[in-house]
Amino acid sequence: MAAEPTPAERAVITRSIPESETVEVLGRVVHGGHDARQQRHLLLPALAAVQSEIGWVSPGALNEICRRLLVPPAEAYGVATFYALISIEERPPLVAHVCDDIACRQSGGNEILSALGDRLDVITSPCLGQCDQCPVVLMQRAGQDDFVITAATSADVAAALNGAESATTPSHVEGGRLLKRVGQVDPGSLAQYRREGGYQALARAFELGAAAVIEEVKMSGLMGRGGAAFPTGIKWEAVAREPAPRYLVCNADESEPGTFKDRVLMEGDPFSVLESMTIAGFATGSSRGYIYIRGEYPLAFHRLETAIAACQANGLLGGDILGSGFDFDIEIRKGQGAYICGEETALFNSIEGFRGEPRQKPPFPVQVGLFGRPTAINNVETLANVPLIVLEGGAAFGAIGTPDSTGTRLFCLSGDVVRPGVYEVASGVTLRNVIDLAGGIEGDLTSILLGGAAGSFIGPEHLDLRLTFEDARAAGVSLGSGVIMVFNSTRDMKDLVRRVARFFRDESCGQCVPCRVGTARVEEAVARANGSIEASLIDELDRAMKDASICGLGHTAAAVVRSAIGLGVLGESR
Amino acid sequence: MIDITIDGEVVQVVSGSTLLDACRLIGKDQPTLCYLETLSPVNVCRVCVVELEGSRTLVPSCSRMAESGMVVQTDSERVRHSRKVVLEFLASSVDLSLAGSEVRDWLDQYEARPDRFGPRAAPTGDRDRRHAGHHHRTTGSVAETVQQSIKIDNPLYVRDYSRCILCYKCVEACGEDAQNTFAIAVAGRGFDARISTEFDVALPESACVYCGNCIGVCPTGALMFRSEHELRQAEMWEEERQTVTRTICSYCGVGCNLDLHVQDNRIEKVTSPQDHDVTSGHLCIKGRFGYEYVQELGDLATTPIDEVLARARQH
Repeated sequence: MAAEPTPAERAVITRSIPESETVEVLGRVVHGGHDARQQRHLLLPALAAVQSEIGWVSPGALNEICRRLLVPPAEAYGVATFYALISIEERPPLVAHVCDDIACRQSGGNEILSALGDRLDVITSPCLGQCDQCPVVLMQRAGQDDFVITAATSADVAAALNGAESATTPSHVEGGRLLKRVGQVDPGSLAQYRREGGYQALARAFELGAAAVIEEVKMSGLMGRGGAAFPTGIKWEAVAREPAPRYLVCNADESEPGTFKDRVLMEGDPFSVLESMTIAGFATGSSRGYIYIRGEYPLAFHRLETAIAACQANGLLGGDILGSGFDFDIEIRKGQGAYICGEETALFNSIEGFRGEPRQKPPFPVQVGLFGRPTAINNVETLANVPLIVLEGGAAFGAIGTPDSTGTRLFCLSGDVVRPGVYEVASGVTLRNVIDLAGGIEGDLTSILLGGAAGSFIGPEHLDLRLTFEDARAAGVSLGSGVIMVFNSTRDMKDLVRRVARFFRDESCGQCVPCRVGTARVEEAVARANGSIEASLIDELDRAMKDASICGLGHTAAAVVRSAIGLGVLGESR
Repeated sequence: MIDITIDGEVVQVVSGSTLLDACRLIGKDQPTLCYLETLSPVNVCRVCVVELEGSRTLVPSCSRMAESGMVVQTDSERVRHSRKVVLEFLASSVDLSLAGSEVRDWLDQYEARPDRFGPRAAPTGDRDRRHAGHHHRTTGSVAETVQQSIKIDNPLYVRDYSRCILCYKCVEACGEDAQNTFAIAVAGRGFDARISTEFDVALPESACVYCGNCIGVCPTGALMFRSEHELRQAEMWEEERQTVTRTICSYCGVGCNLDLHVQDNRIEKVTSPQDHDVTSGHLCIKGRFGYEYVQELGDLATTPIDEVLARARQH
């Protein structure tokens, strides 16, 4: 007989799958067939709710979710086992996820793990997106909100595992445009947001009309800040041309190691994320927006949830926003520990209740995106630029920075700098300028991880690189998601490179052969490097992974190792 | 009609054709592992990649639609290199010894050297328990494989996932592309991804209906009739001595064609021709496995009918 849920599990599942989702066709309630199967998008929220309330997903709970959503248990199991934050084995109600990724491991993360790593309730974690305050620990708690311990010690973690709570310290930020309200306003107060200029841009957008908003965004030269640098206006125009219904998705699955700028925006200025999305929804003619936020950001999730409720209560989300006749609402979806879900098509599959496996492109999301509909998907920072463009005009925005890299950019400074944090600078300043803003380098510089794990390790000779798309391209590097992680001569670089290789082996979705096996083979080659490294082998793997993988993860996974080989940190090439 | 150029040759194809269709039209078949005419393309194995002018990466010919003016190379250095490395990845991590002979031909053709990643790691018993994002540390001294023990949990077929290349064909055949039973799916992540029932329960506890359509589409022998598996274990499987007899399933009125694979006057395996317009190669449990009555009732020509019926009633 199939396992049954406990009463507690049943109650959680009932709450997470609302009755209203029962589909009514021609006056009859449908419990089966295609219509009922359209509830599949509730699979991940239901699994996440059980994980969050009960602490693990038992066979009984999985069966109950499957009965309610008409999802085959084998498929639901395939989805549950895709995510690192979901456990299908019973485990303690309090679990510490200790970051041992690039920024944290040599800054206290490893010490916590050597002190507590034998405990069943202490496990390692990839980057938790707070690299300015290493080491970082995520406390996953059954029945209570998760929280993050920054600048953690093993004593802090041991206390937290005994039930102690601690407040997260905000990140250090400097910047006058995208960051102007961060740390200055109460992130829970809609009234204060409006006093500080909030929702003027949306009102202005309604005056301009959707087509004119897109024109301004095109004129601004805004390009995506998530790493791919695609022109935002062109993306929106393409979506607006396609038939309705269309969707607007805010990609807040910020999981690129070393990146924490989107978290800072969401935690410090959540209403601006919602206003930006509403403008984008208006411009593209979408009536529904989704924010997909990584599960390791409990505070940002909470702030956004509160902000959405405030906007809904004040006519800023829902029907006829500000009397414009435009209807738009926003739903948050929480990731459950999968870097790959930051890839746009993997993110769609994740929302839809499937495994977060990227789709082959074409077709592109502007035509076939979320739920198979035309979809505009933008990174949080990209969207945060939109109210500025609407208010000051695309031309004025485009005058900031360089002609090919307009506006300001957020850089995530971490590692061996005096004041780690998020720094907003106009495109065109040099790497050295930004590091100086952060108080300069502590110790002797050996290398910098630029752009994140999907970027590259570069040497001190690049300090005068201007931080623009065009300069980066010319230098054969990528600004990626704005990561600038600095390493001095005390750092064991080989250990860091090995960690990056491990990261990609962990985070590959496993769908395509070049990435699934390639990430394992690259990690093995790096692990056995002992005084010398098989550089030509890694070159060969890199070429095949770049050429034949389905998505960007496979395309970039070996490149970062190659960049480290180029710096000589893995020993002599052979 | 659409004009495209393949290796310098202009090809006319109907709209809706893939690059693979176009290649086949001019007799240039491409290697494929996860592709099957009767299933939706999943484009995951990446051995069919070709070079498309103007595309940053190679593209999977099995699913990329032909567009007017495309210029395609199927044997460029980039294509050969990617195919070689992909085949090395598979051969170094999976047991391909029962895959079709064409796979061995491709390994030769592309000069794959799967042993260059080091000696193969020893089999492990935990692949079904691995948690996403937390793999075992490696020293790099051996090349990790999917080697594990064979799953034998029912009388009809076995699952030897040491031979599984994760082509998704069995999942598709069990799901929307044929059987709509959804007893298996891909679970886990990355190198630890695997085909699994829910919570890795044995097949008799799962939704499996034993249609065997997963066996029918498996390209590497990971899924196999138990009868074939046992004969192979005993080194008595001799394909060259077998006859294949095509007949029509006697159970219902649909008219599925059956190919009976017979060795020593015993049916050891049943398949259905993939190009048959009734079955597309798929069957139900009766057609696939319901043949024992044929060989357990004695010689029908010489046994009195009452005796045949009496024996049948005992079954």
